[in-house]
Amino acid sequence: MKAIITILGKDKVGIIASVSTLLANHNVNILDITQTVMKEYFTMTMLVDLDRLDTEFITLQEELTNRGHAIQMDIKIQREDIFEKMYGI
Amino acid sequence: MIKTKNILEAIKMVDELKFDIRTVTFGISLLDCADTNGEKSRQKIYDKITKLTENFVKIAEKTEKEYGIPIINKRISVTPISIIAGSSNDTDYVKFAKTLDKAADIAGVNFIGGYSALVQKGFAKGDEFLIRSIPEALSVTNKVCSSINLASTKAGINMDAVKIMGQVIKDTAYLTRDKDSLGCAKLVVFANAVEDNPFMAGAFHGVGEAEKVISVGVSGPGVVKYALEGVKGRNFTEVCEIIKQTAFKITRAGEVVAKEICKRLDVPFGIMDLSLAPTPEIGDSVARILEEIGLESCGAHGTTAALALLNDAIKKGGIMASSNVGGLSGAFIPVSEDEGMIAAVSAGSLNLEKLEAMTCVCSVGLDMIAIPGDTPASTISAIIADECAIGVINQKPTAVRLIPVHGKTVGDLAEFGGLLGRAPVMAVSKFSSEAFIERGGRIPAPIHSFKN
Repeated sequence: MKAIITILGKDKVGIIASVSTLLANHNVNILDITQTVMKEYFTMTMLVDLDRLDTEFITLQEELTNRGHAIQMDIKIQREDIFEKMYGI
Repeated sequence: MIKTKNILEAIKMVDELKFDIRTVTFGISLLDCADTNGEKSRQKIYDKITKLTENFVKIAEKTEKEYGIPIINKRISVTPISIIAGSSNDTDYVKFAKTLDKAADIAGVNFIGGYSALVQKGFAKGDEFLIRSIPEALSVTNKVCSSINLASTKAGINMDAVKIMGQVIKDTAYLTRDKDSLGCAKLVVFANAVEDNPFMAGAFHGVGEAEKVISVGVSGPGVVKYALEGVKGRNFTEVCEIIKQTAFKITRAGEVVAKEICKRLDVPFGIMDLSLAPTPEIGDSVARILEEIGLESCGAHGTTAALALLNDAIKKGGIMASSNVGGLSGAFIPVSEDEGMIAAVSAGSLNLEKLEAMTCVCSVGLDMIAIPGDTPASTISAIIADECAIGVINQKPTAVRLIPVHGKTVGDLAEFGGLLGRAPVMAVSKFSSEAFIERGGRIPAPIHSFKN
């Protein structure tokens, strides 16, 4: 299963490091990253592969949310197919 | 990878524009639960519902988290109980309602629909017992919803049933008078009822449906309103186009989630009901969409045309998105559940007559409208008859869900709480329809129904 992680908030040092470490610890492979910074506002979307995820989706989701709180960013993870369906014919 | 712009738009839909899956409804056939012994029949009903829905809520909650789209309601619909209870020797059907209520509690759903009867052409044995039991059934249960089909384009209008239902609504209002006659919010009468509607209070599992099925109702008035803000002043072609595009995205999102739930529960997928269903929250209103199209206040001249284009464009977008569109699909206009409608009634721009006109072009009917508690039963029946006529002649579903709020009159506010909202009591005609309703019998099917 593939998923999209979005990270939104004020830009600061170590956002990607913080999130990617958490993902690596759960055996989540990052397939693609897109990132922009506009007026200090940081937006990142990440395509990840969850096939070898070592825990439940919900647990990973909670950990990402908590990590987001810790670094004052809004972090979401959602299954990728929803976006494919909504924006493809 | 999917464009960041699209990902952010989809997230905004949920976070800011209140897009949600309004209901996931588990339809269950109870045809094999009939028994001459009422007690045995109720046990079969209870066992079947609780067994089939054992993991329903849990799996729905898990799936909504994975997709990041909230599912507001998890519900159950069952075969019209008049058919099942009619096989028994019982005459008190309230016990069946209690069984449904208990099963809904165990399943963890917030409503169970199907305390219903289909009497468009006449009464079978169980139908009248069920109808007579509705006021008590809705006052002693919390989660049971009741619906009665009174008319169809093929059969005409059963005016005997229309007459009875006026009194049943009054009695239900009286028995639930301590909660602003809330029981009536769980009771709807139809013309041309659809058998796969997942929305309450009118959901029931039609006899032509499969053994079990999951249907989904998606919503998102806020998303449509926001999209329309981007085409201010443009012509109607562009307005329709933007509504269609929005409806497409909403439907697709709902279908992905619904199919995943079906896969996990191993239950066939039923239909997507793409209905813009408002809530009393700010930013979740159908009336505000109509105003965005260019009306000062919902109910102004032009409202019917605006609603007609909205209803049609939603269906077109939805049908492009999914091959399983069904139910009531369109726009709902429940007064008490729509912040903009409540405001329009309070401002004096929206009245019952305009709402009736609006029901000619939208997917349902006079919905969640509070009327004075002293309205005669015959007047309620006559309002129902008018609405049935609109449905029968126009070959579309229409519904009536009126709340004659006991002890309240025009200008008062009825509070139902939660998603059911609150409603300013609206005026009905002071002139009597008594002799009209007293006639009874059946208004025959219209000539254009004979497409044989």
